[in-house]
Parts: sequence; C-alpha cells; structure tokens
Amino acid sequence: MSEHGLGVLLDWGTGLTNRAECLPCPRRLAARIASNDQATSLPMPIVCAERLSKTYRVSQKQPGLGGTLRHFFWRRSRLVEAVREISFSIEPGEMVGFLGANGAGKTTTLKMLSGLVYPSGGNLLVAGHSPQRRQASFLRNITLVMGQKQQLIWDLPPLDSFRVNAAVYGLDERETKRRINELAEMLELGEELTRPVRKLSLGERMKAELLAALLHRPSLLFLDEPTLGLDVNAQARVRTFLADYNRRHGATVLLTSHYMADITALCPRVLLIHQGGLFYDGSLETLTQRLSPCRLVRLELKTPLPASAFSSYGQVEAIDGREVKLLIARDQLTGVVARLLGNLEVLDLEVADPPIEDVIGQLFQRGVVQ
Amino acid sequence: MRIARVLLSSQYAYMLEYRAEIALWTLSGVVPFIMLALWSQVDASGANPGELGLNRLQLGRYFLSAFIVRQFTIAWVVWAFEEDALQGRLSHALLQPLHPLWRYLAAHLAEQATRLPFVAVLVGLFFLLQPDTVWLPSLPQALTALVAIWMAFAIHFLLQSAFATLCFWSERASALERLLYIPYLFLSGLVAPLEVFPPAVRAFALWTPFPYMIAFPAQLLSGNPLTFSGGFAAMALWIALLLPLVALLWKAGVRRYSAMGA
Repeated sequence: MSEHGLGVLLDWGTGLTNRAECLPCPRRLAARIASNDQATSLPMPIVCAERLSKTYRVSQKQPGLGGTLRHFFWRRSRLVEAVREISFSIEPGEMVGFLGANGAGKTTTLKMLSGLVYPSGGNLLVAGHSPQRRQASFLRNITLVMGQKQQLIWDLPPLDSFRVNAAVYGLDERETKRRINELAEMLELGEELTRPVRKLSLGERMKAELLAALLHRPSLLFLDEPTLGLDVNAQARVRTFLADYNRRHGATVLLTSHYMADITALCPRVLLIHQGGLFYDGSLETLTQRLSPCRLVRLELKTPLPASAFSSYGQVEAIDGREVKLLIARDQLTGVVARLLGNLEVLDLEVADPPIEDVIGQLFQRGVVQ
Repeated sequence: MRIARVLLSSQYAYMLEYRAEIALWTLSGVVPFIMLALWSQVDASGANPGELGLNRLQLGRYFLSAFIVRQFTIAWVVWAFEEDALQGRLSHALLQPLHPLWRYLAAHLAEQATRLPFVAVLVGLFFLLQPDTVWLPSLPQALTALVAIWMAFAIHFLLQSAFATLCFWSERASALERLLYIPYLFLSGLVAPLEVFPPAVRAFALWTPFPYMIAFPAQLLSGNPLTFSGGFAAMALWIALLLPLVALLWKAGVRRYSAMGA
C-alpha cells in the first residue's frame, strides 16, 4: 500500500521541487528588492522558502522511578528534524493549505514563516523580510492565529484587547472603530464584544480572536487550525469570513487544518508535508486524482445482488441492500458504466471522487505505518 | 504615549478584576511589621536600649517605610513570563511590534496602582496603633524617596526580567529565581536594618543590588539618618548594568524559542 501512496508522491515531489528551484532564491529576491528592480514582469513571491529546515533538541525520559532518577542525574536528549529542507514559494493573494498528519511539521513551518521560530537551515524570505528578525515593518504585515491559543485578555471584554492591539499597531481611534465595525459585521459579532472573554462560547471566542488578529489588516495570514473545536456552523462562518477577507484585501492565506472541509473550501493549492519533508505542492484536485486512481460509482438497483455479481466491473466498496458502491479505474469508467447500465436493472447511478478526507486519511495512515 | 495609556488602562481594568487577590498579596507583605515587633522586643530587652543604632521611633518608621517600599517594588515578571511561555501566550506577544517586556511593565504599574488603597489602609491602621510614629515627610524628602522607590523597582524588575529570559533555556526559570530570595530577604534590609549587620556583612551587602531595593529608599522615606552614601549612584549603576544584560539575554534567548506551548 505504501508504495503507491507516499512512493507516488515522492515521484511528484521531485518534479515539484524543481518548480520551487526555478524561482528566485531569497538572496536573489532580496537583491531585487534592494535594487528596486522593476524590470521583470514576474510577480514577486510573498513567501520564498529554500531548503528550509528546523531541528529541535528533545529530552528523553523513560517512565517509572528508575527512569526519573536516570533523567535527574543523566539527561539524555536527541535531535528531531521537524522540517527537512523544504522549498516552495507563494504568490501574493494565494490561499494555500498545509496538509499533514500530527507532527508532520506543518505548525513548525508556519512558526518559521511567521518569525516565531528560528530556522536551523535554509533561506527564507517573507514579505521581503527575514522573518526571524521580527522587524516592526514585517510584524505589521502579518498575523498568526493559533486555534487553541488566545491573545485576548481573559477577564476583559474583547473590545479592551482590540484597543490595546490598535494602539500597538498605531491605529487612531476613528480608524479602529471603523475596522472593528467592518470585521464584526463580517464575523457576525455584536454584543459579544462587550462580554468578558471567559463568558464567550468557543465559536464566539475564535471569531473575536480573528478580529483581534486582523485589526491591523495584515496582508499575510498564518492560520494554524483556526476552526479547531468549533461546531459545523461556526466552522462554515469562519471559512466564509476568511474567503471574504482574502477577496476584499487581497491577503495571502496559509492555513493548516485537520478539517478537510477548510482546505477544500478555501485552498486551491495545497502543500503536503510528511515527516518534515514536502511531498506534494499543487492543486487539491490533482492530488485527489493522483492519490485515488479510481472513481466512486454509486448504484441503486431494482433488486439486491450479491457482491460476486460485481467482480467483473470493479472493486466493491460497500453493499447495503439495493445500494452498491464500486471503485472503478478512471480510464475504464465510461465502458464499465455502459456495461452496468446495459447488464443490470439500475434505478439511479452517480459518479464521484472518493471523499478527500478518506484519501488523505489513508495516506497519512500508510505514511505513519511506513 | 497612546500605547502607554492604553496598556496601563487595560491592565488596570484587568487588575481590578483581581482586587481581592491583590488585597491578600498586600496583606502577605507585612513581614516588616512582624520584624518591627521582634526588633522592638530585642531592643527593649537589651542592656542599652537604642544600641541597634536606631531608637524605637526610628525603628518603627523604618519598618513602616520598608513595608511601603516593598509594596511598590515587588516584581513578578519571571512567573508571569514563565506561564505565558508555557501556555503559548508569549508567541502572540512576540509577533506584535512591541517588546513583550513593556506589557509586563504596564501590568506591574497597574498592579501598584491597585495596591495603593490597600497600602493606605494598612498605613492608617499602623498609625492608629502607634500614633507616636506618625510623621509626614517634607516635599523634597518625599520626592527623593519616590525617585528611589522607582529606581528600586527598576532594579527588581530588571533582575527578574533577566531571570525570566532564562525561560528560553529552561522550563522552570522561576525556580532559578528563587536563588535570589534568601539574599534579597536578608541583605535588602527587609528583616533587619543594615545598621544591625556586622560591618563585614554590611560592607558585602553594599556590593550587591539588594540594599538599594529596600533599605536605601526606606531610609530616605523614613527620614532616618542615611547610613550609606552613594545610594543613587549605585542604583543608577545597577540599572545601567542590568539593562544591557537583559537585552543580551533576550536576543540570545529568542533564537532558541521553540514556541512549545503554541
């Protein structure tokens, strides 16, 4: 299984890495910025990462009293390569999703791009800056939203935190009020803004967090699990808001999420990260096609049939009475569908791609096992 | 200026939410009053009352001043910083165009403002119980003492900030900060006026920042005769040493930051 899972992706990775290498490296980009080179008509990438790496030292402790004592007297640690030489670039206004299992390196990558964490190696240029220098002009352009971490002051209403943020980013009172109203309207926030944060529901809090993070109108958004823990309706509202914000302000959005619905709704392009390496960079649609060489055909029959009756058409995914789900190779789809309609009493037939959640989920499972 | 105003007002609003806790913290700082009772007994039972170098009145005023000075020089950056680092809140602060230490400074100043009425009540109570100790410092005396208190707070804040930056290397920087507690307690003049120390210990203490964190401002406020000179110069020197140290540690520390809680 793993061979046509990550193996296939590895092959694409080779091709797509070349794409990143064709782009100007951060140093060349920096030189272009410094020389104010307007000659080229190519859009300047807002993010340019070249062989970006991060290695952490992690201490190790065995369980139990013995392990505790050993840990006390003789600390052992090992190096963990959280991100391994990944290269990619992102154009202004793009919405890009980072996909990967837990611990794949998505969040570490976002932390490096936002300047929170120093890279261990490679070159990185974000919005014309080295993020790790955290210059004020860079910080005014970006924001990082972490789904489970809050910046709002817990015991005060969100409006108090907004006032602080507005002062920190140098917004005058009128402009602050205007932006709060605009964002509150987009996020459907009202009297919640005058309630202490601790009294807000998770969804309301997340929306208020987004408002706080976007008050200074950043052009580059790093969103780490922005819909984590939210109910389906709240997730949908946050997604609509992000798409709207991207449209209105031309902002670039980099997003990690475990909810595939976030990625499918917002990100035409995805970066697939596995065990610290970049395995895929391209459209979600292509990823689905490559990962799943079959299409899902759902049949509703006039009378139930045993699974053996479908062996000549394709792989039986599920049978539930008169409903049958078959996986059929993409290149044989037309012929097989014609045969199905000709040979069986079919009441209804539907062709679709297998759910992306399943495809990606299986890939991660295989990858982890591997 | 607007940042300072907004930060202070929001932090003050935040502190008011915790006014009961701050009242308890104020009460917990009555060590100088306990020490006053103790030293008064020691002095009275000695062969020559006043041999401590301070008479009963001066002793009372000194410990009351020490109490006031302590209330407005307390620093807790290391605990707040450590918690923020572990909970991931520091990450947000690091990504804003304002040095995170300014937020902690605002929080400290707001907390001092919240403490003020509680301190006033305790001082009033003290005067009620010991009416003969009542004194009103002259304006120059009060202003000088105020400057000394601010400088003492700056030293304490910077010392703690230096330890707070160790959070970038250790998850428990507050434990390291505890190393300061004993010398602070004994050499600052909190448990005993510096006059009662053996000369060698006293001379040693003056080479540390601790006497300038309590004893020196307390002497100024109480109007007792100053028993050591160059207090302001020493305070300025400590601030001048600690500021670049904090900046250096910060610069080195953020390179190691792994945003573990975030």
